[in-house]
Amino acid sequence: MAELLLDEILVPLRSFDLRLSLEADGVLALAGPSGAGKSTVLRAIAGLVSPRSGAIAVSGETWFDRRRRIDVPVDERGVGFVFQDYALFPHMSVRRNVEYARRGGADRYLELLGISHLAESRPLELSGGERQRVALARALARDPKILLLDEPLAALDTHTKAIVRHELQELLAELAIPTLFVTHDFADAAALAGRVGVLVDGEVRQVGTPRELIARPADPFVASFAGANLLGGHVTSTVDGVVRVLLADGTSVATTETARGEVVLAVYPWDVTLSAEPPHDSALNVIEAPIRSIAELGGRVRVGVGPVTAEITAESRRRLDLEVGRRVFAAFKATGTRIVAGGDA
Amino acid sequence: MFVRRLLLAVLLAGAAALALAFLVLPLVAIFVHASPGRLLSQLSSPVATDAFVVTLKTSVGAQALIVLFGTPTAYLIATRRFVGRSLAITLVELPLVLPPAVAGIGLLAAFGRVGLLGDSLGALGITLPFTQAAVVIAVAYVASPLYVRQAIAAFETVDPNLVAASRTLGAGPSRTFARVVLPLARAGLAAGLALSFARGLGEFGATIMFAGSLQGVTQTLPLAIYAQFDQAQGFDAAVALGAALVLVSLVLLLSLRLLLSWPSSSSTRSSFRFGLSTSG
Repeated sequence: MAELLLDEILVPLRSFDLRLSLEADGVLALAGPSGAGKSTVLRAIAGLVSPRSGAIAVSGETWFDRRRRIDVPVDERGVGFVFQDYALFPHMSVRRNVEYARRGGADRYLELLGISHLAESRPLELSGGERQRVALARALARDPKILLLDEPLAALDTHTKAIVRHELQELLAELAIPTLFVTHDFADAAALAGRVGVLVDGEVRQVGTPRELIARPADPFVASFAGANLLGGHVTSTVDGVVRVLLADGTSVATTETARGEVVLAVYPWDVTLSAEPPHDSALNVIEAPIRSIAELGGRVRVGVGPVTAEITAESRRRLDLEVGRRVFAAFKATGTRIVAGGDA
Repeated sequence: MFVRRLLLAVLLAGAAALALAFLVLPLVAIFVHASPGRLLSQLSSPVATDAFVVTLKTSVGAQALIVLFGTPTAYLIATRRFVGRSLAITLVELPLVLPPAVAGIGLLAAFGRVGLLGDSLGALGITLPFTQAAVVIAVAYVASPLYVRQAIAAFETVDPNLVAASRTLGAGPSRTFARVVLPLARAGLAAGLALSFARGLGEFGATIMFAGSLQGVTQTLPLAIYAQFDQAQGFDAAVALGAALVLVSLVLLLSLRLLLSWPSSSSTRSSFRFGLSTSG
């Protein structure tokens, strides 16, 4: 039996219904845009929200079953919930916050998270990263059957985020507690979870390993959420297994996927290379256009060129001397493209 | 330009000074009229000591009732969304807009011998009007909105995620209330209680209608002031009692402030200051 079982959960939300069936073991991330109902899933599992129908079971224990009229109270469920804003009790010291979950034995959890030196501090005196550790220590002190993390990295600045992401990765691996966390950031989901479910408008579009979602996105949303460029066009010819797609702006792109009619192609930014001179490899798709935008993000640089965005290293950016408005050649292999919509042969 | 701005500043400061002087003048007059020596001699009279005791006993009783019933009511209104919630809020605030004399006559019509509940109370052998219990009821009725309103606001400022967090950490609703909600709302509750206390100490209209003005039984300080004032040559005694009431209010409010906001955080103090300033 799966560690986490959500059986046809239905929670009416303001503009749509959350409908969910899910089986998960280990660390699962629910990723999706804000307002997709991600937090509601966590709240339903914790018992803070009562679904209109369906059932929830964790490690074989039924916590909620509308038909059997089971609804275990929040405080008896045994969840370790880390809220997005951490929800630390402002009138208690760090130690008292952790002891709230477990009388005595707080030290072990303060040590585990490396915050023993903060034991007597008040939450308001702590940085975002420190608060998150306190929230985690407190949730773990509960000895939870499942760990629920609501956007665990969203409240942190970029620099802290990278550090905490790494620490969280190690901690989750070490703990081996079933974990469900929600995030709007696919990169966080891919870094922390073995499996990722993409949740949009209250329904799961696709569940799989991060690798599977990138390699075979079920639809354009999943592809773009995973970071892909989406190129819409229609198939003009198929020669020797190479399909040519004419994009709306007149560019012709080759793909090795079989397709016909109107299609949407996905190309990942890390599969796009940039050069100042036209590349000589005829197997490449080449788009020549001025640079739209340049955004640097922790060592990686995202460069917008015509209809695509390329992700290159800061080193390459310096070498190529890129600036907005300069014409460059963006190239990607035909084998690096994936059809994510239309194209049914 | 400069002259006009200066003129405006002078006008503003002048108006403010005048307004503040107007507010403080009656108090000054009372203490000018009642010198400390005269104050002490007047206050040792039986009328004064009786009024002190009655005021103290009924105030404490009324505030206890207000806290006991007002706190759960406020928490319910602040945290639950239910049908008739806005009606409940209106009812809570009703005594605030009701003239005290109307409240008094209403209480009499409800709990009096010939009132709505008179027969039922009579059958139980309970007579309320013109007893000390009637003073407690009148004060509780008139002063309660000041506490309950502030308590609703205080409970509303407690982050619902903190309550949720407490529940997920294994605390039931009552432990959550005692260890998370109450400590975080305490400053606001204390401010509300201070306001309610101040209002209750000065209660006159409803009390005199519903409880009368019997020395040693229902005659509180405000009623004693009026009773003295009504007598020939009673003005001095009335002023002395007035000074005493001001002092009692101050002492009670200050000790309440110390009692409820200790040990206090900075937020506790600031919100309490707000409470005191609105009561003045």
